[in-house]
Amino acid sequence: MIPLFVLLGVLLVVAMWVIGTYNGLVGLRNQTINGWKQIDVQLKRRHDLIPNLINTVKGAMEFEQSTLTMVIEARNRAVAAAGPADSAAAEGVLTQALGKLFALAESYPTLKANENVKMLQEELAATENKIGFARQFYNDIATRFNTAQQTFPANLVAGPLGFKASELFEVTEAAERAVPTVDLSLKK
Amino acid sequence: MDLFQQQASNRRRTWLVMAVFVAFLFLLGYGFDVLYLGTRVPVAGVVALVGASIGAYAGYRSGDKAVLASASAVPVGELKGPSVPDADRLKYKQIENVVEEVAIAAGLPVPKVFVIPDPDPNAFATGRDPEHASIAVTKGLLDMLSREELQAVVAHEMSHIRNFDIRLMTVVAALVGAVVLLSDFGRRWLFWGGGKRGGSSRDKSGGGVVGAVLMVVWLVAIILAPVVGQLLSMMVSRRREYLADASAAELTRNPLALASALQRIESAAAPTKSIKHGTANLCIADPLERKIGTHEGRWSDLFASHPPMVKRIGALREMAYER
Repeated sequence: MIPLFVLLGVLLVVAMWVIGTYNGLVGLRNQTINGWKQIDVQLKRRHDLIPNLINTVKGAMEFEQSTLTMVIEARNRAVAAAGPADSAAAEGVLTQALGKLFALAESYPTLKANENVKMLQEELAATENKIGFARQFYNDIATRFNTAQQTFPANLVAGPLGFKASELFEVTEAAERAVPTVDLSLKK
Repeated sequence: MDLFQQQASNRRRTWLVMAVFVAFLFLLGYGFDVLYLGTRVPVAGVVALVGASIGAYAGYRSGDKAVLASASAVPVGELKGPSVPDADRLKYKQIENVVEEVAIAAGLPVPKVFVIPDPDPNAFATGRDPEHASIAVTKGLLDMLSREELQAVVAHEMSHIRNFDIRLMTVVAALVGAVVLLSDFGRRWLFWGGGKRGGSSRDKSGGGVVGAVLMVVWLVAIILAPVVGQLLSMMVSRRREYLADASAAELTRNPLALASALQRIESAAAPTKSIKHGTANLCIADPLERKIGTHEGRWSDLFASHPPMVKRIGALREMAYER
C-alpha cells in the first residue's frame, strides 16, 4: 500500500512541475509574440510617414528625382515584403535610401530651414529608433524564452509540449555587418 | 540584486517608510495627550494616527501630483499652441518621441511627459508604478542636450520607473515634506504657546520623572524630525543612482551618451530653482548643487543625495571600455 502512495506522490509532484513549466513558457511565448507585433507597428508607422515626407520635399528637390523615386520604390517594396527575412532586407534598403535623401536635403537651404522637414526628420529618426528598440526588446525576450526552453530540466518537456525556439533578429544586410575599411594610404 | 528583488525591496521599503511615518505621528499625538491634556487616553494620538494614515495613503496615491505641482511642471501636451516658437515645438516633439522610444526599449507603458520651465538642466521621474508614472524634464535640459544625450537621461529615469524606485522616492518626498511642515508648526507652537500649561499637566499626570523624560523625548523628536527625514531620504537615493545609470546603459546600449549628458548637466552649475528640497532625491543630478556632492569622503557620503558625478561618469566610461 505504501509504495502506491509514494508513487502517487511522485506523480503528483511531477505533474505540478510540468504544469508550472508549461504556464511559464506560455507566458514567455506570448510576450515574445507581442514583442514581434510591436516591431510591425513601428514599421507600419514608418511606411505611413514616407509619403508625407516626399510631398513636403519634392517641390524643392525636383532635381533629385532619382533619389525620390528610389525612396518611394524602397518603401513600396518594404510594404509588400512578406516574412521576417524578406522584410528585414527591404527595411535595410529603405533605411539607406532615406539616409541618402536626408544627406542630399542638407544642401538645400530652404529645406534645411523648413520646420515641416525638421519635424518629419525628427519623426523618422524617432521611428528608426523605435524599430531598433522594438527589435532589441524582441531579441531580449526571445532569448529568455529560448533559454527557459533549453535549460535542464525544462528541456525534457518543452519539445513534447509543443514549444519551439524563437528566431532572433539579426543584421541581414552584409553591408551593415561589415567592418568599415579605412584607407590611409593617402594615394591621389 | 536582480530586477525582481529590486522591485520587491522597494515595495517593502515603501511600506516601512509609511509605517514609520504613521508611528511617528502617533507618538507626537500621544505626547500631546500625556504632556498637555494630562490624560493617558490617546485622544490626540488616535486623531494623529487616523490623520497620518490618510496622509500616508494620499502620499502613495497622489504624491506624484504634489511633486509635479511643486516643481510647476507643465504637461508637454499643453505646450502646442501657436504661441510656442517653432524651435521649442520641435524640442517638445523630440522629448515626447524619445520617451516613447525608451518605453519600447524597456517594454513599459509610455509615461506622461512634463516640462519644467527652468533654464537649469535636470530631470526626474515620479509615480506609484509603471502604469502611473511621469517623467519631467526642465526646459534647460531640452535646450542643452543632443538627441542621444536626452535619450540617455530618459533611459536613466525609465530605469527608476522599472525598479519601482519612483514609488519609494515619491512617498518619501511627500511624507518627508509633511513631517517637515508639521514639525515646523509644532516647534513654533511649542515655543510661543504652551510653556505654562506644560508645567501644570505634569503635576496632574503624576509621574514627575517619567513625565520629564517623555517631555525631553518629545521635544527632541519634534526638533530632530526634519533632520531625520532628510537623512532618510538621502539614504534612499544614492546607490540607486549607479544602478539606474547601469540600467540606462543597458536600455540604450550607449553608456557614453549618458556620460556626456552628465558632464553637461554638471558643468551647468546653477542650482535648479524650481525643484524644491524634498524632491531632490528624485532628480538625475542634485538640484541643490551642494558642494559635498563633488567629492568623496565620509561626510559627503552621509549627506549628499547623489554619488559624486565624477564616479558616475567614470563607471559609465568603464562600461564602454574607455578610461
